[in-house]
Amino acid sequence: MSAVPTTTEVKTGGKPPSGLSEFWFYFSRNKGAVIGLVFFVIILFVAVFAPFVAPHAPSSQNRELLLLPPVFQEGGMWGHILGTDAVGRDILSRLIYGARFSLFIGLVVVTLSVVSGVLIGLIAGYFRGKVDTFIMRIMDIILAFPSLLLALVLVAVLGPGLLNAMIAISLVNQPHFVRLTRAAVMTEKTKDYVVGSQVAGAGTLRLMFLTILPNCLAPLIVQATLAFSAAILDAAALGFLGMGAQPPTPEWGTMLAEAREFIQRAWWVVTFPGLAILITVLAINLMGDGLRDALDPKLKRS
Amino acid sequence: MPLLEVKNLTVEFQTASGPFRAVDGVSLKVDEGEVLAIVGESGSGKSVSMLAAMGLLPWTAKVTADVLTFNGRDMQAMSDSDRRKIIGKDIAMIFQEPIASLNPCFTVGFQIEEVLRVHTDLGRKARRDRAIELFQSVGIPTPEERLGHFPHQMSGGQCQRVMIATALACNPKLLIADEPTTALDVTIQKQILDLLMKLQAEYGMGLIIITHDMGVVAETADRVIVQYKGRQIESADVLSLFENPKSVYTKALLSALPENAVGGRLPTITEKLTDAEIFAGALR
Amino acid sequence: MFRFIFGRLAVLIPTFLGVSLIAFSFIRLLPGDPVMLMSGERVMSPERHTELMHQLGLDRPMYIQYFDYLGGLLTGDFGSSIVTKRPVLDDFVNLFPATLELSLCAIIVAIALGIPAGVLAAVKRGTWLDQSLMGVALVGYSMPIFWWGLLLIIFFSGYLGWTPVSGRISLMYFFPQVTGFMLIDSLISGQAGAFKSALSYLILPTVVLATIPLAVIARQTRSAMLEVLGEDYVRTARAKGLSPFRVIGVHALRNAMIPVITTIGLQVGVLLAGAILTETIFSWPGIGKWMVDSVFKRDYAVVQGGLMLIAAVIMIVNLVVDLLYGWVNPRIRH
Repeated sequence: MSAVPTTTEVKTGGKPPSGLSEFWFYFSRNKGAVIGLVFFVIILFVAVFAPFVAPHAPSSQNRELLLLPPVFQEGGMWGHILGTDAVGRDILSRLIYGARFSLFIGLVVVTLSVVSGVLIGLIAGYFRGKVDTFIMRIMDIILAFPSLLLALVLVAVLGPGLLNAMIAISLVNQPHFVRLTRAAVMTEKTKDYVVGSQVAGAGTLRLMFLTILPNCLAPLIVQATLAFSAAILDAAALGFLGMGAQPPTPEWGTMLAEAREFIQRAWWVVTFPGLAILITVLAINLMGDGLRDALDPKLKRS
Repeated sequence: MPLLEVKNLTVEFQTASGPFRAVDGVSLKVDEGEVLAIVGESGSGKSVSMLAAMGLLPWTAKVTADVLTFNGRDMQAMSDSDRRKIIGKDIAMIFQEPIASLNPCFTVGFQIEEVLRVHTDLGRKARRDRAIELFQSVGIPTPEERLGHFPHQMSGGQCQRVMIATALACNPKLLIADEPTTALDVTIQKQILDLLMKLQAEYGMGLIIITHDMGVVAETADRVIVQYKGRQIESADVLSLFENPKSVYTKALLSALPENAVGGRLPTITEKLTDAEIFAGALR
Repeated sequence: MFRFIFGRLAVLIPTFLGVSLIAFSFIRLLPGDPVMLMSGERVMSPERHTELMHQLGLDRPMYIQYFDYLGGLLTGDFGSSIVTKRPVLDDFVNLFPATLELSLCAIIVAIALGIPAGVLAAVKRGTWLDQSLMGVALVGYSMPIFWWGLLLIIFFSGYLGWTPVSGRISLMYFFPQVTGFMLIDSLISGQAGAFKSALSYLILPTVVLATIPLAVIARQTRSAMLEVLGEDYVRTARAKGLSPFRVIGVHALRNAMIPVITTIGLQVGVLLAGAILTETIFSWPGIGKWMVDSVFKRDYAVVQGGLMLIAAVIMIVNLVVDLLYGWVNPRIRH
C-alpha cells in the first residue's frame, strides 16, 4: 500500500530532529519502557545509597525477632517492614544491599562480555576466512553447552564465589555478542560507505573501529540490555545453587537458597528476594524492548 | 447496469498525526468487456481505492461510499463471508510485485488450485486439469512440471503469469490489475500486457488497469481516470484524453512522456503546478 | 538436500572434537592433584600415587591421554563415577528419560500455548488483548524460575495441598521401567491411580520449566507474524477470497513458523539449563540434579562425562532442528 503515509514522511520542513531527541521520541512512546526506566532508576538509586536508605545493617542479627512476618501480616512490626529471616536479619535491608550486588554483577558481566565479544566478532567479521571459521567453531562449542551448566562447571573449576561466577557468566554470554557483531560487520562491510572509506585510504583499524563499528551499535545495545538482565538471573541461579556469592552476602539468589528450608513456615523469606529479582529483571527487559523499538529502524512504525 | 459502480468513495487512515485521507470522493463505473485505466503518481490513492472497493484494507482504514455495487449487489451491505464468495471468483486482482505476491512456502500449483478448491466444487483431478489448462492459456511451458515449483524457482514474468492464471481460474467478470508490469523487465512488460489484453478479449471481462505509465494507458484502455492526491482530476475516453486533455495536470502528465521531451530535459510536474491549480479543474 | 545435510554434519565434527577437548581439559584444570581428584582417595603414599598415576594413564603425554579419551568416547566409554564406580553412561541412560519426559512435556506446553498466544497477539495487535498477552510473556521471560518453582510449591503444595512436593511418583506404586517415561510406564502397568499420581508429580515441574520457553515462543511468534502479515502474499491470499482463518492459519503461519522453529530449537539449551534448577527444586531424579549433585560431591569424572553427553544431546537436537528448518523453508530445500 504505497499510498499509506508514514509519520516520517509527514514531518516535512524544519530541521530534522537530533539523534537523541528522535531516540527519546520513539522510546517514550513505549509506555512499558518508560515504566521500566522509572523502576530501574529507583533500584539504581536504592543500590547507590543503600547505607542511607536501608533501615538496618544487612548483617545485623536480632536474636529476639527470628522469622518475624512482614508488617501487613499479624505479628509484623513497622521496624521490619518485610519481616526478618531465620537469624533475625531485616529482609528489606538485605534486599536493598542485594540490589548493589545484582546491578554490579550485571554491569561487570555486560562490560566483560561486550568488550571481548565485540572485539572477537569484529575480527571474525572483518577478516573472514580461516580466522573467522576458527572463532565461530569455538563459539559453537561454547554454545553447545547449556549456559547455566557451563557456568556451574566453570565455577567448580575456579572455586565458588561472586567474582568467579561473574567470569563464568561473562564467558557463556560472550558468544552472543561475537555472533551479533560478526553478522553486523559482514553486512556493513560490503556497503558503499565502507568501500568509499577504504578507497580513500583508511587503515584497517580505522575501518574496523571508526567506520564499521558505530554502525553496528544498535543491535549490540539491545543485546547488552538483554545480557544485563540475563546476567542477574544467572548469577542469582548460581547463588541459589550455592555456587555464586557465599552466605552471609545479601545476594538475592543466595538469600533464596538460605530461605529454602523455611518455605513451608515463613513464605516471606522466600517470596521477597525472588520478587526483587523479578522486578529488576522485568524493568531491564522492559527498557530493552523500548530500546529495540527506538533503535531498530526496521521495527519503527507509526 | 455497470459491472462495478463506485460513487464518492472516501478512505481515511488513522495516523499518529491525525486522520489521513488517502482517497477523497472517487467515483467510477466499469462495464462488462470494458478496459478502464486509473492513472496517477504514487501516493495518488489508485491502489487504495481498488483495495477499498474489494474490502481488502486493514481495519484501521475507514471506508465510506455513497454507492459501491458489483453486478448490482451492494458490496457495503454484504456480510464478510458473502463478499469473500465474490472476491477471488467474480472479481480477481493481480499486483505489482509478482514474486512477493506468491507465497514462498507453497508450490504455485497449490496456490492456483486453492482458488478452485474454495470457489468451485471441482474434485482433485479436475482442479489439476483446470490448473494445467490455465497455465497453458497464460503461456507457461511444461505446465505439469511447473505446478510443482515454488515461486523462488521462477522468474518475475513467470510469476506474473501464475498470478494471472490464478486470477482467471474462476472466469472472473472483473479483473483489477494493480501496476501489473511495473516491476518487470521492459521486454517482459510488453508480453504481459499483450497477454492481459488477449485474455480480456477472450473472457470478455471488465478490466481495471492501475498504472502510472501513460504508454500502458494508450495501449490498453477504453476510458481513463486521472487521479492526484486521492482525488479525481479528469475522466475521459482514451482518445479525447490524449488529443484534448482538459485538466492542466493531465496536460503536464502527457508532456512528461519521454517522446514529448523538448531538448534534453523532461519537464516535471510539481515544479510547474501547485495543488490549487491542479484541483481547480477537479471533478466533483 | 543431501549437500545441506552433509554440510551440517561437517560442522558438527569439529564442534564435537572441541567439546571433547573442553571436557577432557576440565578435569586437568581443576585446582589440586588430578590423581587424587580422579581416584577420590584423600591420603596416599608416594608409591600408591605413582601406581595410580600409571593406572589412570596420567603419566603419559597429554596428547596421548586425549586420544585415549577420544577413543573411549567413540566406544561408549565416558568414564566411571569416583564415588559409585558405576559407568557414567549407565547412570546417564538411567536418568535421562526423567529429564526427557519433563523437557518434552514442557516444550509441548510451551509450543501449544505459545504459538496461539503469539498469533492472537499479532492479529489483535495494539489491543488490550495483545498488550496483556505480551505483558504476561515478558514477566515469564524475566522469571527467576527457581523462585517461581518455590512459589508454586508454597501455594499449590503447601497452601492448597493439591500437588506433591518432590519426586516423580508416589512411593505406593512400583512397576518396571519400560520406556523410562512415568506417564507411559504407569499406564502400561495398569495400576489404578498410578497414572494420576505420576501426572500430579509432573505438573508443577512442567509449568516451571515451560515458563521461559513459552514466553520466548509467544514473543517470537508475534513478531514473526507481524512481519509476515504485512507481506504481499497475505494480501494475495485475501484477494483470493479465503477465510481469515485460512489466510492467517495457513498462508501467514506457515511462513512465520520458519523463524519460530529456529527459536524452538534454541530452547533445548534453555530447557536443559532450566532442568538443572527445576530438578533441584523438585528433587526430580534427572540429569540436571545428577550434575549438580556430582559437582557438590566433587565427582568430577561424572561431571566430565555428563558435560560430554549433554553437549552431544544438544548437538543432535540442533542438527534435527536444522534439518526441520530446511524442510519447512523451501528456499533452503531447493
